Amino acid sequence: MSTTDLSIKPSSEALLKNTGNVGVRPPRNYAQFIRWILLFGGGILMIMPIIYMLSTSFKFPFEVYNLNLIPEEPTLENYQLVLEDGRFFNWFTNSLVIAVLTTVSNVFFDSMVGYALCKFKFPGRYIVFIAILSTLMIPTEMLVIPWYLMSTKLGWLDTYWGIMFPGMMTAFGVFLMKQFFETVPDDFLEAARIDGLNEFQIWWTVAMPLVKPALAALAIFVFLGNWTAFIWPLIVTNSQELYTLPVGLTTFSVEQQVEWELIMTGAALSTLPTLIVFLIFQRFIIRGVVMAGLKG
Amino acid sequence: MKQFRNWILGAATAAITAGGSFSAQAVEIEYWQYFFEARITAMDQLIENFEAANPDITVKMTHFPYADYRTKVAAAIPAGQGPDVVQLFYGWLNDYVDANLIQPLPADQFPIDKIEAEFFPMVRAMKRGDNYMALPTAVRSLALFYNKRLFEKAGIDGPPATLEELVESAKKLAQKDGAGNLTTVGITTGMTAQDHHWFREGLIRQFGGEPYTNNYQTVNYNTDAGLAALKFYTDLEDIHEVTKVGFMDEPQAAFKAGRAGMHIDGSFRIGALDKVRGLKWGVAELPAAADGTKSNYSSYWVNAITTKATGEKYEAAVKFMAYITSDEAMQIWLDTVGELPAKPSAALTEANASNETFGPFIKGLEYAHTTIFANESGQRQIMVDMISRTDLEDQSLEDSLAAAAEAEQKLLDEYYQ
Amino acid sequence: MAFYKNLTISQKQIVWAWCFLAVPTVFYVTIRFYPTANAILVSFQDWNLLGTRTWTGIDNYVKLFNDPVFWKVFQNTFLYLIIGTPVSLVIAFVVAYHIDKVRFMHGTIRALYFVPFMTSAVAMAWVWRWFYQPVPIGVFNNFLASLGIAQIEFLNSTTNALPAILAPAVWAGLGFQIIIFMAGLRAIPQTYYEAARIDGVSPMATLWEITLPLLKPTIVFLVVFSSIGFLRIFDQVFNMTTNNPGGPLNSTKPLVLMIYDTAFNGFDMGYAAAQTVVLFLVLLVVSLLQLRILRDR
Repeated sequence: MSTTDLSIKPSSEALLKNTGNVGVRPPRNYAQFIRWILLFGGGILMIMPIIYMLSTSFKFPFEVYNLNLIPEEPTLENYQLVLEDGRFFNWFTNSLVIAVLTTVSNVFFDSMVGYALCKFKFPGRYIVFIAILSTLMIPTEMLVIPWYLMSTKLGWLDTYWGIMFPGMMTAFGVFLMKQFFETVPDDFLEAARIDGLNEFQIWWTVAMPLVKPALAALAIFVFLGNWTAFIWPLIVTNSQELYTLPVGLTTFSVEQQVEWELIMTGAALSTLPTLIVFLIFQRFIIRGVVMAGLKG
Repeated sequence: MKQFRNWILGAATAAITAGGSFSAQAVEIEYWQYFFEARITAMDQLIENFEAANPDITVKMTHFPYADYRTKVAAAIPAGQGPDVVQLFYGWLNDYVDANLIQPLPADQFPIDKIEAEFFPMVRAMKRGDNYMALPTAVRSLALFYNKRLFEKAGIDGPPATLEELVESAKKLAQKDGAGNLTTVGITTGMTAQDHHWFREGLIRQFGGEPYTNNYQTVNYNTDAGLAALKFYTDLEDIHEVTKVGFMDEPQAAFKAGRAGMHIDGSFRIGALDKVRGLKWGVAELPAAADGTKSNYSSYWVNAITTKATGEKYEAAVKFMAYITSDEAMQIWLDTVGELPAKPSAALTEANASNETFGPFIKGLEYAHTTIFANESGQRQIMVDMISRTDLEDQSLEDSLAAAAEAEQKLLDEYYQ
Repeated sequence: MAFYKNLTISQKQIVWAWCFLAVPTVFYVTIRFYPTANAILVSFQDWNLLGTRTWTGIDNYVKLFNDPVFWKVFQNTFLYLIIGTPVSLVIAFVVAYHIDKVRFMHGTIRALYFVPFMTSAVAMAWVWRWFYQPVPIGVFNNFLASLGIAQIEFLNSTTNALPAILAPAVWAGLGFQIIIFMAGLRAIPQTYYEAARIDGVSPMATLWEITLPLLKPTIVFLVVFSSIGFLRIFDQVFNMTTNNPGGPLNSTKPLVLMIYDTAFNGFDMGYAAAQTVVLFLVLLVVSLLQLRILRDR
């Protein structure tokens, strides 16, 4: 790779040099300005429903159905109610542990399978790919009962492992990683092979670093998927101590009625950690993309 | 090797139990119900009382979110992972009995004639042969909630006693904005909530019909009475313009927000309404028909012993069942949860019947009917669609009613085939 | 080890491929394929989850094909796909393409678009449902009323309800698609653009000749994945029509909701399984067609 290939986009360059202080220069010309205004306006519209969610979480029940964005009588009572309920932290920890462990497992296995399906030529490759892809096509609701019976026999009911096992690998991740490994040039792998690395080492030390942005994206999506998973965690757990956050939050909606202000508060509180995770990974994705862009 | 060790352990345990050792471990039985704060509090208290009276038994309660309680129970019990005593909706019992997942209550401790003498008659649906399969602690009925402030503002003295008065009151209560959109409804409507019960067991009977025959296996509302009931119901919106289906999304939300003068609902709503600041509300019996006919709907959750409970667990479960269906337990349940005692002896006490809030519900029990559902949500959906067709597709009432009757009969036939 | 050394390069690839796939194969067979096979089996049975299973042959399928609700639901499912996939992908690409060119507050803008993807479907469905209400509480209708325009029935309508429910589904998925598009855009070597600029190629031509062709793996992934997503739509419909699931008059009911309702309200597991098998076949055919048309092999 010669230095002339290092033609990084200006935006990426700015980010690389100054990640903490993103693009402080205002847009220069008229067209850029219009583009910026439109994008920013669209972005604000995108988060309006979330702003309404936040606003509701600060309202008393009698005001919930009012349209005003700023509560007439803002209150922290809902947050107190949700947080004082000691179970919230319990559910939170469970969700966190489960989401993190499944994410690690997915990043490892999905990229391993995606890599094998992309870079090895072997008979039945397409069939394996389609077979794995086909698992996306059965709704979870229909798998729940067989999984439950399986967990009963193996004693996995009411355990972390029981909640986690169906999500340890996903076809989504395999598909995503396969598509991203397509962008890794075979020459790189060949060079490593000549250097005497075995295939496992090539995958781990050569190919994986090149798809870091995809790994980061995968990590976020798997994390979110598990963070919001509902029906299976509900079926497999018996004790409240093992509930995940979404299951726990449903205890705020009871027979024939829903306490919306509490649901909104719970949703706001459960969105916060994923937001933080995203903001951390967001920088990582950009750096990764820039590095991947170097390959020329 | 492992088998051998288990055998030794088993034999040792058997020996200890057989020896009647007084250091024997307390029997633990598991009880499941759905999550509702007041129900949990009430059951905690019942368990505490029960354990005090039976020191050798402990009861472990587990509860699950309401929305998915049925799925959870249906997955767990056949897999042998369920509780010893379980709370089920009365309409589910058939399936559990047919699948042999529920044990009959022993006739010597739960004699049929005694139950029939003591409990409200609707509980008879729980009888199979010479035994009762399950019994409720509490029952529910419908009543008319009304907003006292709106009534005062509209200059109405009190809640309507008849259906005609209901329409008159609703007309005075409804308010519209300049463009003619309703901003306050006289009475909430929507088959999605409790209205489908009011329509089936209330209105149809009050207009002289009988919604079902043949023990709820044959639809019988595609009649003049059924049509009159449907006309009364849809006229509220179409002719009198005092309501709108789906106003404020949910009827209870409209009432809670003070934008509905009247609202028909069950006693389980009391707790939630109590919490709404600034809402002054009252309860009245469902309005009677012109000829004075009254009719109401009642439903209940029952407790049953699963086939998982055997030996001493079964004995303990029977004792527990006896306690939670006692008068004492029923009064505790009423005071904590607000659900009505399942026995007239406990329900119709002077204090309860004259209670401003519970009184109308308890009086309603005397003339209430219990629909035997094959698939409650499916049958409710048919009522919802019946109204939607007249509302959105301008189908005539006659055709829509006939289509609903046909669809429901098909559903019942498939279930009872 | 000597055995391994004697293998040809392509044989070595086969061995390595299966080494990589060994653990995942066990996983997929036990956790995914076995329950799927089980569902196919149940589709030929009558089972209420509680009692015993009895064989009924193809009764469930016959019932399905004679069920008008099923055909309505089938049509809805395809409407979600046919409207949802192109609309969301075009919006996502346009937004991603432009965000990529914006520097000022780049990270903030991208975050604004992504945040909806992280929210809980239950809470958001309620907010949207509330936006759609008639006056006095609906945001959209109040806005229309303030402009003096007649109210629109969004959810209580057999024609408007489906697009109204699709909107939050597109909204929630947009952030995901934008991020994937942006990752794809960044992966295109800058040298191509430099060359195009030197040759004086117009921006539109650059888009069509360079950007889109090089984005193909990304596009294939997003087309297939969002199609599966829209064919499996459930959360938004279920939570926006909780009182009248899939209504009014089944006008918004997708196949997965019908399956859920049959299985967990009707407890007719055999019938639900038959619907699942149909859904599975539809998804498989659609995905294979897409992969074939986009020639990704």
